[in-house]
Amino acid sequence: MKTVSLILIITTLLQSCTSKQDHKLPILGNREAIEHQVNGKTVVDTVYQTVPAFSFLNQDSVQVTNKDFNNKIYVADFFFTSCNTICPIMHRNMLKVYEKFKNNPQVKILSHSIDVKYDLPSRLKKYANKLGVQGNQWEFVHGSHDAIFDVAAKSYLVAAYEDVKDPQGLVHQGWFVLVDKQKRLRGAYDGTKEDQVQQMMVDMQTLLNEDEK
Amino acid sequence: MRNKVFCFFFSICICCSLLQSCENEQQLTYKRYYVNGKGLYEQYCQNCHNADGTGLSNLYPPLTDTLYLKQNKTQLSCIIKYGLTGKIKLTAKEFEGQMPAHNELSDIDVAQLMVYITNSFGNKQGFYDASTANKDLKNCN
Ligand code: HEC
Repeated sequence: MKTVSLILIITTLLQSCTSKQDHKLPILGNREAIEHQVNGKTVVDTVYQTVPAFSFLNQDSVQVTNKDFNNKIYVADFFFTSCNTICPIMHRNMLKVYEKFKNNPQVKILSHSIDVKYDLPSRLKKYANKLGVQGNQWEFVHGSHDAIFDVAAKSYLVAAYEDVKDPQGLVHQGWFVLVDKQKRLRGAYDGTKEDQVQQMMVDMQTLLNEDEK
Repeated sequence: MRNKVFCFFFSICICCSLLQSCENEQQLTYKRYYVNGKGLYEQYCQNCHNADGTGLSNLYPPLTDTLYLKQNKTQLSCIIKYGLTGKIKLTAKEFEGQMPAHNELSDIDVAQLMVYITNSFGNKQGFYDASTANKDLKNCN
């Protein structure tokens, strides 16, 4: 009994320590050490993975590129409009993110459809309208098969693939990937879990504050 | 004489307790259906219709429209098992979407789901058993 209460006390103490720390978000993805010379000395710089250039069509059939995300933080995810498993949960949660940061010019959302055959811009528009999303702060994008599956795997490290064994033929993970103004990956959250999405909203605010300094 | 009176009261007691246990039995069945129905709801329906039955915007309709659920009571099992497409008119607004079929559900699964959704989210329609589900499923539109 005594040891149990001791353990309880210690864990609560530790917990309160970590939660009080002014935390900085980690930088995710691949990294590379680059050596270069500064004033005759060798300096090692860490170069982090960033999201490379991309170009897609959004729900208004307007071209959307990486430039539209310059000087903004954004959340990227993968879905398709007829998906009847995890997508409704993900976008129910993302809608809360959208409501919270609505009209904040520094925040965007980028949802890629992996149903490249059927989710043409007109269908994405219908979906956005039904979800209750206006304007283009939240972009729903359509791209070629290779482009979409390539950015999933390489730019955002999210697994998405076609699978004949799946009832809907398409499989993807439900990650929400948080990207900072320098296009580095700063967080990955399970978009089907309400508490993780809550944490993401806190982290988005942290990221916005970090950039202000 | 005393014996007769005793017998009379004794048999009344027996009858009462039998009736009571019947009632309890029904209540227990209802509760069992409801709890199982909740589990099935979480597994098959909650992603679209939400834990509290509010649906999602204009994409997925709510299950809180008591009037709609009452008026369509005999078709609800069909919707649950065979899905639904095309325009539907709820009291507050119209929906046009596509609900997938759940052919894997047995009559008792459907009945348990019925008991859960028609007695949650502000609805109160009472019990619905597997034989009713079986009957309703033979008369789908
Ligand atoms: C993939 C998302 C999805 C899933 C999963 C789903 N539904 Fe639906 N449901 C819909 C859509 C969309 C409609 C409206 C269809 C239309 O417009 O014709 C609907 C309509 C309904 C309706 C009639 C309209 C209303 O709101 O009362 C009921 C009842 C219903 N669903 C119950 C269920 C139950 C019970 C389950 C679980 C077995 C379930 N649904 C699973 C999407 C879904």
